Amino acid sequence: MDRREFLKAGLFSLGMFIPGTQGWAYSNGKQNGGHKLVVVFLRGAIDGLNVVAPYGDERYYQIRQSIAIPRPGSEGSLLDLDGYFGLNPALQPLLPLWQNKQLAFVHASGSPDETRSHFDAQDYMESGVPGVKSISTGWLNRLLTQLPDNQSPIRAINVGPTLPRILEGPATVGMASGALNGNARPINLPENSPLMQMYGNRSDALGAAFRNGVDAQNQIAGDLNNGDSAGGGDDRMMRASKGAPSPVAFPNFGAKIAKLTHDPSVQVAFVALGGWDTHINQGASKGQLANKLTGLGKGLAEMVKAMGSDFENTTILVMSEFGRTAKENGNGGTDHGHGNVMWVLGGAVNGGKVYGRFSSLADRDLHESRDLPVTTDFRTVLSSVISEHLELSSKSLAQVFPEFTARERLALLT
Amino acid sequence: MAAVLLTATTCSLAGSCQSPSAFTGQAAINTVNATRQSAEDQKILHLLNRMTFGATPEDIALVKNIGIDEYIRQQLDPRSIPQNQDLNQMVADLPVISGDPMNLMMTYSRQVLMEKAKSDGAQDKEAIQKQIGKTYQGLHQQMLMAKLRRNIESPRQLEEVMTDFWYNHFNVAANKGAMDRFLCGSFEQQAIRPYALGNFRDLLEATAHHPAMLFYLDNWQNTAPNSAGSRGKLKGINENYARELMELHTLGVDGGYTQHDVVALAHILTGLGFAPPKAVALGRVQPGVFGSYFDRNRHDFGDKVLLGRTIKGNGESEIEQALDMLAMHPSTAHHISYQLAQYFVSDNPPEALVNRLSQTYLHTGGNIKAVMNELLHSPEFWDSKNVAVKYKSPYRYAVSVVRTSGAQITDYKKLAGFVASLGQPIYGCLTPDGYKNTQEAWLNPDGLLKRIAFAANVARGGLGQVPDNELNRVEASVAPLLGKKTTTALASAREPQKAGLMLGSPEFMTY
Repeated sequence: MDRREFLKAGLFSLGMFIPGTQGWAYSNGKQNGGHKLVVVFLRGAIDGLNVVAPYGDERYYQIRQSIAIPRPGSEGSLLDLDGYFGLNPALQPLLPLWQNKQLAFVHASGSPDETRSHFDAQDYMESGVPGVKSISTGWLNRLLTQLPDNQSPIRAINVGPTLPRILEGPATVGMASGALNGNARPINLPENSPLMQMYGNRSDALGAAFRNGVDAQNQIAGDLNNGDSAGGGDDRMMRASKGAPSPVAFPNFGAKIAKLTHDPSVQVAFVALGGWDTHINQGASKGQLANKLTGLGKGLAEMVKAMGSDFENTTILVMSEFGRTAKENGNGGTDHGHGNVMWVLGGAVNGGKVYGRFSSLADRDLHESRDLPVTTDFRTVLSSVISEHLELSSKSLAQVFPEFTARERLALLT
Repeated sequence: MAAVLLTATTCSLAGSCQSPSAFTGQAAINTVNATRQSAEDQKILHLLNRMTFGATPEDIALVKNIGIDEYIRQQLDPRSIPQNQDLNQMVADLPVISGDPMNLMMTYSRQVLMEKAKSDGAQDKEAIQKQIGKTYQGLHQQMLMAKLRRNIESPRQLEEVMTDFWYNHFNVAANKGAMDRFLCGSFEQQAIRPYALGNFRDLLEATAHHPAMLFYLDNWQNTAPNSAGSRGKLKGINENYARELMELHTLGVDGGYTQHDVVALAHILTGLGFAPPKAVALGRVQPGVFGSYFDRNRHDFGDKVLLGRTIKGNGESEIEQALDMLAMHPSTAHHISYQLAQYFVSDNPPEALVNRLSQTYLHTGGNIKAVMNELLHSPEFWDSKNVAVKYKSPYRYAVSVVRTSGAQITDYKKLAGFVASLGQPIYGCLTPDGYKNTQEAWLNPDGLLKRIAFAANVARGGLGQVPDNELNRVEASVAPLLGKKTTTALASAREPQKAGLMLGSPEFMTY
């Protein structure tokens, strides 16, 4: 078998792993609803206990002496959510969404796999099959195979220079990276151009990438060039291109995603933001984590605002590979932990509520006496959202999350 | 694979072909010879594209002259190859690369620069920050230029490739904080490069003691709780380096360690940091290698159990024992062998090869040169199904375009910027696992189109002057690998486009 055949076979075998043929997929999903899913992945393991902090648990203040955020009511204190949990004050821009019941959290959630490796944990959360390394497709891509195929080159948008694991798979993904900002020029290649001859008919992965690239660039460039330029300049994007940029380095991520997802053919979008691995000097109301959260909160609020009426049909999920130790370490930071908090934002979200089972921070309630446990599987959260929001059958859901049956369904959407 | 375009140009470069015979009786023999010649050309290109940052006509001529085995032997022994004097001079002229890291810390730490900015007359906070930022920017540009120039120009190509490989293996990000902004060039030059084809244990020792790593993975703060030196921020265990040392640098994530081992290793590493520049300046502290410093007052002197073995608490030698154990652990042998085989042979390296390399690693006590020698002579390396199956990383692609075209780069910032825009900023991988080395990681539609545009830009002199014989150069290094579609497409292209198209062809994306 030569290389090209091998690559082709590789793609086919992925297809076989996902038995959803196109015809089959048409029987699922909202055909014309224009419902969209945006996933924001926080790479590096954000400290969920300081995002949605259990100020009602006295122990929070005992084990986090230098990094705990003061109880609601004083300056730089937590923003009260429900009398027990408080929101990090850096996320102030999201408070109106909470009050409008368009923002919910699922605490003590995450992956059941116990790895504390960033890279394995991210891989598992993106493949959607924790503990199985042989699966190379991502759940967001498999989700696309279950949604109606509108034949657009930009059914999925990835903001970033490389394709993340979560979007790997048979469905095409449009990439909005450096060259695709407001100044992008669409590539129009005549049929007989040498490049078209070289790449146009190749049946391998390079040929496919080339054709997708030409199609997607034409469409994305068109979308970004319409109206005012929220895309940001070259310089900004260059800085943002470092793996997963921190929200501070990529402040306009929200506006950018809103703009890109406005295209009716976009069904899912993904962006990864980094800088959350706070082993040292994490800070409390102010400091490292607060600075990044300020950027994140602002970006998300901007995204919602810029989406306008699109927000009614959009669900935004914010997740991270695992949480951090319940106790602070010796350097004013936190080490790799287990359970975390997931965020769900959307026009139809049943918000204003912290979901999940959160016991306490007492040692006996912690995973290995050190980390928040995972009492809600991240796939339970994702399945609950996807099945409602995108009207996916349980059969289709099993293709998105193979080897997983949700034991419960969270009423995250109205 | 078809080989149509080549012979005239490659022969003239290699200087070893006969002029085409006018006698028809010779024609059949010539065809046979040409086929054999093209098979040989492809073999040489395969070797060069894997061992270097991209084949050049000069390399091809050299291998034709001395033979494949001798070329491998020389490259495995870089000091046997005369170094380019310009490059030696460049390194000597750049203290940020060749200088003592302790001196660098004493010159460029944020605090020192802040005081300098003030004494230079910077008025407010903003002006001070601006001056500091400018200094770091300048140093960063020097590091980028030095790396690019050596990777492009050095005749010791395998040393360059291996240095890049190991830097990525022991990745340190320049943007973690002030320290790494001026230390990663020194880290590469002093902790990585001398051992790139040496012994893994030495590499481990050097990386564990260079301040770039001690800062990047926070071990400088790792302190035994309640120890005599515990104070301020330095008052407890920090697991970061201990975990990555096992997960990424040695055993591998499935290498058989537990959370208990991470904690034990973190305790073993307590107190290992770098000498505080101020204390050194006052003569209070005597820095160790690379400016490292083992602070006994912050070390946990209790006994530890690492990977089932008891390590008696007695200070710095615990670290040596732990590194010995980790370096010679069979999981490490396998992890390193797998990574080398993935880098040099295929994204999914043959298990038999990985096992043989692991054995060689263990038998030779972690001798990297011996492992590489075995790899480069292995049937798997030469197996046709592993030829041209690797998709170039953005960095490799950019450097190979420059080497093959012969472009004389004037703007290194622009070149580095291109690589960054494809998601692989130089010295800029934020996470300690380094960049991936697989097609899966780098092949995407947007990136591919950017490469094609970059190739055309370089070929027409957009990043620096290209030689008059550019097209010949590119043909010599690329044409033997081109398939029929590309050859046909090139036949219809205009002459000035051809070099750029070849460098942007699907065949040049792989190696």
